[in-house]
This record gives sequence, structure tokens and C-alpha cells, in this order.
Amino acid sequence: MINKVVVTAAEAVADIFDGAKIMIGGFGEAGSPIELIHALIDQGAKNLTVISNNTGNGHVGLAALIENLQVKKMICSFPRTAQSVVFPELYAKGMIELELVPQGTLAERIRAGGAGIPAFYTPTTIGTPLAEGKEIRHIDGKSYVLEYALKADFALIKCKTADRYGNLLYNKTARNFGPIMCMAAKTSIVQTSSLVEPGEIDPENVVTPGIFVKRVVKISNPLSENQLLRENRRYPW
Amino acid sequence: MVNIKGWSNDEIARKIAIDIPDGSYVNLGIGLPELVAANIPEGKEIIFHTENGLLGVGPPPPPGQEDDELINAGKKPVTAIPGACFFHHADSFAMIRGGHIDYCVLGAFQVSESGDLANWSTGELNAIPAVGGAMDLVAGVPNIFIIMQHITKTGQPKIVRQCTYPLTGRQVVKTIYTNLAVIDVTPHGLEVREIHSGMDRETLQNLTEASLSFRS
Repeated sequence: MINKVVVTAAEAVADIFDGAKIMIGGFGEAGSPIELIHALIDQGAKNLTVISNNTGNGHVGLAALIENLQVKKMICSFPRTAQSVVFPELYAKGMIELELVPQGTLAERIRAGGAGIPAFYTPTTIGTPLAEGKEIRHIDGKSYVLEYALKADFALIKCKTADRYGNLLYNKTARNFGPIMCMAAKTSIVQTSSLVEPGEIDPENVVTPGIFVKRVVKISNPLSENQLLRENRRYPW
Repeated sequence: MVNIKGWSNDEIARKIAIDIPDGSYVNLGIGLPELVAANIPEGKEIIFHTENGLLGVGPPPPPGQEDDELINAGKKPVTAIPGACFFHHADSFAMIRGGHIDYCVLGAFQVSESGDLANWSTGELNAIPAVGGAMDLVAGVPNIFIIMQHITKTGQPKIVRQCTYPLTGRQVVKTIYTNLAVIDVTPHGLEVREIHSGMDRETLQNLTEASLSFRS
């Protein structure tokens, strides 16, 4: 019998090892798997490379993971937002590395990683400083830059509905990187607000097919990052 | 320094909204470009795309009805129109890079006379670089419109011969809409299509580093 459901977030992230490469879903607040990230803070794995669009807000979620000095390197497209305070401070002190990747290139590198494509050519960054040192190819009169696929040991993802096979539905713009990160990670770990029986999700509507998911943990009422920010909360509490 | 206010931001946005054809798929950058959505003339149907995964962005929700998981690229709460759809980031940027989005409106630090755009970094040494989707947008969307003030707050020209800030893309801008003029980037340089009534050609040229020609 296939049952990808694990009972607690702690159990779901228990085998994340020092030096692991981890994709973390979310675009700002939307889709950030806060409970899984907090479980990873409790677990304590260090020297992590984190692939995520942003660097977290305030002192909770991804920002708290960074503040806890568990992250050695961030691969992201937009490391500073209005409410990101932790990353800028550590970056200024030289305590964390940054690989800056345009958002669409980041998405396609992740997609390629999950699809067995090792690299691809893209027009994005041609003529800019971000193309410096990269291989350029001219195809049909246009220039393209070579970008390599991204893969990860783990992905931490938030969704709305899942079944024990790992079939997933997301919520609105919280879908963002979830489907492609599930594909690109060896072990994708998903927190879901609702867990249903196989067959309850219409097969026509499945967004992430279960084959891309290794573990599902039910978090019925996930914390709201915005709410935590308004209350000026810090993790660990 | 010449003190000309020129058109308001809404008036500039309105000009852009008029120039975008009915039925277009449009991506709006963060900040000033967002004003275009509210200025679309009655009867025109435009579908707005936001790169974090929504086609059919609607107006902001009424206070109290914000949804943390329904936001735009600027991470502000939005709504979804009837007929909207959600998708993941790789699909979203396939729409952009694949040339499926017709128009994109962006802000700028500098635009050069050949249509080079600098809008992601001022190149300061200790600043944290952040690029987001800007480079993908200019690489993939065929019509890039710029909305900006004609000069900086300190009076420096923003329309220049060559950008001094790091580029977002080379030869990508189609039209520049400022508070003082509407300027097309053409194969033979910058051509002023419309000039604010309080402006004369000489003053406009003095506020512009790149040389302008005027469509008579």
C-alpha cells in the first residue's frame, strides 16, 4: 500500500542533513510552508543551500531559518523586500552567500531539473551583467545564454488539498513554485491544509501528480506569515 | 532648473491605457505601472498577467477581504476576474519568454536612445542585488512601454545616450511615457510623438541627454 502521509512536521523533515540543498516554495507570504520550515529550525540541519524566490520576512519562516544561521547560501531572484531584515544584515556581514537568478530563469532551471534536462539556452540576461562569464550561443540570429538545471535533495512545499498518493491541489497564487519544486527535489515534503481520500480529487484537476511527492503532512490551520509579522513574532517562539 | 510638473501619473497611465489595443494580454510592473489597470477605457477588454501565477488580475479587494494567497508580483492583495486562471512559475514565464504576453509596462532608472533599459540596480557597491522578473519580461515581451518621470528628483536626465546603470536589457524599449512627453524608440533614434502643452521642444531637449527628433 502506498501511503505518503506522515503524522508530524518533525517526522517529515527528520532526515534533512547538514549541507543539503533545499527548495522552499512560496512567493513572499503566498505558499510559504511555515510549519515545515519551523520544524527544520527545531531539527537544526546546518550549511544548507536554499533555493527560494525571496529570503523571508520579519523573524519567522524562511527568515527565521536564515537568522538561526542554518543557511550558507541562498539562490533566489529577489532577496530584499520591504519586510526582509535578516538576510540583508547577514549579507552585509558576509555571513551568507547569494546567487542571484532572474525569476523566470530560476523557474525554468527548476523545471529543467525536474524534467531531466541538464541545461538550456534562454534570451534572458543577454546584454546585462548577469550574463557575464556564461556561454552564449547564437541561434537563428538571436543570442542566448546557457543556464544549468537546478535540483535539490529536498523540497518544502505548501498546498491546500492532498491525498495519500501525493496528488496535490494548491490555493490561488500560492501555487507559484510548488509544482516545479516537487519535480526537482529527490524528496519533496508537502504540508497540506486538507487531506482527502484517493479519488476525491478529480483526476482532471490534479495539479501535481503524486509521483513527484514523497511525504505529505497535514497542517490543518497553517500560520499566516502576515499575521505573525503584524504581531512581531519571532521563531523559535 | 525648469520646474514643470507636466502630466500627473494617472494622466500618463491613461495615455498608455489608450495605446494598448483591445484584447491584449498585459503585464504591469510594480509601482507606477500598476496605475494603468485603473485607467483602461470603458469597453476595452484587457487581460492582466502577474508573473507570480495569475492571468486575469482584477482590482484590489475591499478592505477586510484581502487574501494572503491572492497577491500580485508586488505582493499586494488583488482579486481574480471571472475567467481568471492560476498556474505555476515555469508556465508563467513561458507566457513571458515565449512571447505570449503582448505588452509590458515597466518603470525605469534610465532609458538609452537605442532603447536599452536600466531598471533593476543602481550599481551601488554595498546594495543587495535583486532582479525579479524584469530581465525575463524585456527578453520576451514584444512591446515594452516605460512609465516614468522625465528627470530624476535631483534634475538629472533619465533618457540618456548610454545607460550608466547596469542594464536590464538591450534595445528592448518601444515607447517612453513621461510627465513631459511620449517618445517612441525608432531605428533612427528617439522620436517625440506628443509633448506636454507647457513644454517647448528646446526645453524638452535640454532635459533629455539623448537627442530627440520631433514628429511634426
